[in-house]
Amino acid sequence: MRRRHRAVGPPEAAAGTRRTPAAFAVPAAVAVAFLLLPLAGLVRETPWSSIGTELASPAVRSALRLSVVCSVGALALSALVGVPLAFLLARSDFPGKHLVRALTTLPMVLPPVVGGVALLLAFGRKGIAGAWLERAFGITLPFTTLGAVLAEAFVAMPFLVIATEAGLRAMDRRFEDAAATLGAGRWTTFRRVTLPIVAPSLGAGAALCWARALGEFGATITFAGNLPGTTQTMPLAVYLALESDTDAAIALSLVLLAVSLVVLVVLRDRWFPTA
Amino acid sequence: MSLEALARLELGALSLDAALEVATGELVVLLGPNGAGKTTLLRALAVLLPLAEGRLVLDGTVLDDPGAGIRVPTERRPVGFVFQDYLLFPHLSVLENVAFGLRARGVAKGEARERAAGWLARVGLPDRAGDRPRALSGGQAQRVALARALATGPSLLLLDEPLAALDAGARAELRRELRRHLASYEGTRLLVTHDPMEAMTMADRLVVLEQGRVSQDGTPAEVSARPRSRYVADLVGLNLFRGTAGRGRVELPGGQALVSADGGDGEVFAVVHPRAVALHRRPPEGSPRNVWQGRPELLEVVGDRVRVRVVGPAPLVAEVTPGAAAELRLADGGLVWASVKATEVTVYPA
Repeated sequence: MRRRHRAVGPPEAAAGTRRTPAAFAVPAAVAVAFLLLPLAGLVRETPWSSIGTELASPAVRSALRLSVVCSVGALALSALVGVPLAFLLARSDFPGKHLVRALTTLPMVLPPVVGGVALLLAFGRKGIAGAWLERAFGITLPFTTLGAVLAEAFVAMPFLVIATEAGLRAMDRRFEDAAATLGAGRWTTFRRVTLPIVAPSLGAGAALCWARALGEFGATITFAGNLPGTTQTMPLAVYLALESDTDAAIALSLVLLAVSLVVLVVLRDRWFPTA
Repeated sequence: MSLEALARLELGALSLDAALEVATGELVVLLGPNGAGKTTLLRALAVLLPLAEGRLVLDGTVLDDPGAGIRVPTERRPVGFVFQDYLLFPHLSVLENVAFGLRARGVAKGEARERAAGWLARVGLPDRAGDRPRALSGGQAQRVALARALATGPSLLLLDEPLAALDAGARAELRRELRRHLASYEGTRLLVTHDPMEAMTMADRLVVLEQGRVSQDGTPAEVSARPRSRYVADLVGLNLFRGTAGRGRVELPGGQALVSADGGDGEVFAVVHPRAVALHRRPPEGSPRNVWQGRPELLEVVGDRVRVRVVGPAPLVAEVTPGAAAELRLADGGLVWASVKATEVTVYPA
């Protein structure tokens, strides 16, 4: 942090302080404290001596394993349908495109619990899609691991779609022209030019999508329930453990915090460019 | 065997309607001011832009004919394109960039790389194969872009302002080098530029494009001797007039007339070299047939000459020596007489 400040250079820094009202310093400090204190509290209360045993307990390990499976599954599902959607939104015109884009971002503002209820009504055993799935394929979604994956994907997919679409829009499309003049068809151009050029945006979107899926709580518990070993992911386990085994809750929270920090560090250069 | 193109399309404010022919092995330079539609025409030839109307035939094969519903997609045209900012793929090495076209056309990886390395050697960059494009200088990037376009063996090579992205200091040297590389390629070449120096020194034939129309077509010598538009006349530094000729006179729209030894008939252009214009403070005596009065404006000093615009019924640029400019006190304004001998007025059909 210090080095970054110095890189900005004294003249700009001076201009910056001149323009900002001094009175802002106090509420800004409150804001920083507000963000920092809970984290400090979490770290301070962590039972460092027993954290190994806490994380090794079968219940915690099962939640960890399930979280990884579900979040990776949600990311895979989001990538499978979300990336093509991002391409259509960025590259083609079709009637109702604005509506589709609004729909894509809806889960970001929708309370996850509402998402869970909506999923239940659509994919539940009596829901329009759910009844058909059960009749045609014998697939039941609510209260299954697949249901948890679906709930997480519902909430997390927008992050991947939006980041990928933004990357595609920012890309200089003439690279695709260049590829075409060199004899590359659409698929080769996509694979060898477009995809590698938008890879950083896609990667950032994937990281955000995965992190969001990992932390998903509301939609999962509403749609998939809280069954240990089947749908009880880490956030659900944290919530449950808080009432019976605080140390386990703290240990799990610490794991989630560490993951968030890693994602933040990975994305640092994209979100906070050093320039 | 050649390129025959008739391109009509609308793009924003530009309405392009241009016919163009390039013989095999010929290097045609498309010259024109910014916004004339040069890049648009080039992109249409590569079908990066669809034609609204027209026809495009390369070596006897119809590539484009909207009327007949023919449109060969870009990737199946034997057309190489060097873009203005080169557009080297940033995520591929220099070698992979050059090998890209061969790979896309199904050449096996090893062979494609080998041939790409050969092309890099030809453009003098064998040691940059492993570098990323961003590590190259502008001139090196241009050579890589050229190698990449030529590696697929196109029958038509299109170059869009290949020197514009380079700094002025390096341009003369790189122009020579580009000319040498282009000379070693036997296909049909079409180069776009807005730099007259580049156009005059590189072209077998010049095609001038203005506001989406071809305004002139010929060898650099023909075009510069007989400009057919204000744009070309200004480029080569000639006074250009357009009027109606008859009985040794050219009637200009302002009511003025030019007397010429050339004669001519009907709609004509007349050019006068600025050095052939003499300036006087008193009405000149003797033989000059064309004399008119105007207010002098000093323009600039070019070499050992001072360029002076005479603002009058038919504006005219004169070049005089600094001594004459001082003697005539041109900087003081007032009125001067400009005279041109009839033998110095060249007339040709419009």
